Amino acid sequence: MPAYDPSADFEQLAMPLFESLYNFAHWLTQSREEAEDLVQETYAKALRGFGSFQPGTNFRAWIFRILRNTFLTSRTGLAATRTVPLETEDDQEQTVAVERETPESIMLEQAGQQQVQAALEQVPVVFREVLLLCDVEEMSYQEIAETLGVPIGTVMSRLYRARKALRTALQEKMPEAKHA
Amino acid sequence: MPDDTWRPKLDQYLDSELPAEEMRGMDAHLRECASCASEALRHLQLKRATRLAGQRYTPTADFRRRIERQVAAKSRPRRVLLWVPVLAVAMLLLASVVTIGRWYERTRSQQLLAELADIHVADLASPTPVDVVSSDRHTVKPWFQGKLPFTFDLPELQGTGYTLIGGRIAYLEHEPGAHLLYDVGAHHISVFIFRDRPEIERVFPVRDSSRRVLSFHVESWATGGLRYFVFGDASPEAIEGLCRLLKQAGA
Repeated sequence: MPAYDPSADFEQLAMPLFESLYNFAHWLTQSREEAEDLVQETYAKALRGFGSFQPGTNFRAWIFRILRNTFLTSRTGLAATRTVPLETEDDQEQTVAVERETPESIMLEQAGQQQVQAALEQVPVVFREVLLLCDVEEMSYQEIAETLGVPIGTVMSRLYRARKALRTALQEKMPEAKHA
Repeated sequence: MPDDTWRPKLDQYLDSELPAEEMRGMDAHLRECASCASEALRHLQLKRATRLAGQRYTPTADFRRRIERQVAAKSRPRRVLLWVPVLAVAMLLLASVVTIGRWYERTRSQQLLAELADIHVADLASPTPVDVVSSDRHTVKPWFQGKLPFTFDLPELQGTGYTLIGGRIAYLEHEPGAHLLYDVGAHHISVFIFRDRPEIERVFPVRDSSRRVLSFHVESWATGGLRYFVFGDASPEAIEGLCRLLKQAGA
């Protein structure tokens, strides 16, 4: 993770994150053109705001947050987030017992990468983003909380619901596994 | 500890987000509980599948170049702008040093010349402006022997219009030198000869210089380790004529 170094300039901190930002943007927008616009706008905003970046804080979380907020205010972002109910978010929800009856190991063994990608596409964007930040970007819960601007408990709750939604989407992609 | 205590923490365990003590507790529980171990494997498989599937989109090389140009174009001016105040301060300091240096040199040279002008005026006002009174350079020059740590040559003035009046010891900043008095027409001209020192050379950097101080015309030059100052209210041509003679004698 690029830590903030006052002597380093924006270019040194931001360019190593270019591939990750683009991948995240493409997952959010589901469009190459929109992803490119989103990344370009993110870099432009980050450059303008770099002077206000707080030393000692996490640069990766800072720039991912800019990208996500930019996405949320875009037409695609507004449409995507309107469709997901977040009012049921509960920090304690993760303690709900997991479903044991699904033979997920068999399903995941049988599922190819394309099927997982298709399932991930189906997951609502608020869950998709938390899955990507945690499992792809390998951010800590604290970093994810900074990126999303939510408490850690909400991160845990969303992750639980996101994984549950991904499992459900995978089951739909692989009905034979569901009934195995 | 029952499974229901551990199972809800499986995701946190696999995300390495449990406190160290609970991580160790979970490790121990998974070694003993086949059911929870199987569940953990299920969670781990999903996490790995998500990671692989999630690394899906790659930006084009063209887009990368575009962003690099965008960042470089906006970062570099910033870097330049950071240097601008530093450079400005450095230039200001340099300008100040040069200005102060020049001001000091000008002040210092004015001070030296003013001191010589004082001597010139004071000696002329004195009833005995010279200590050795003679128009013969072979009388005046030897008079300075033993009184000055250097020697000098005086020009033959016959037929030049200049007359040697005499000489005396003068002090410039506590350094002894020769003060010779000449007449040309009704004008008195003072010739001062001192050892050339770095302090004097610094404020009179040009080996030959011509100035006006308090309306006196002043010529100064250095040769053979000696510094000459020629002072007077005579015309510049008259001053310069005497200077030529002195330079020829000292060459």
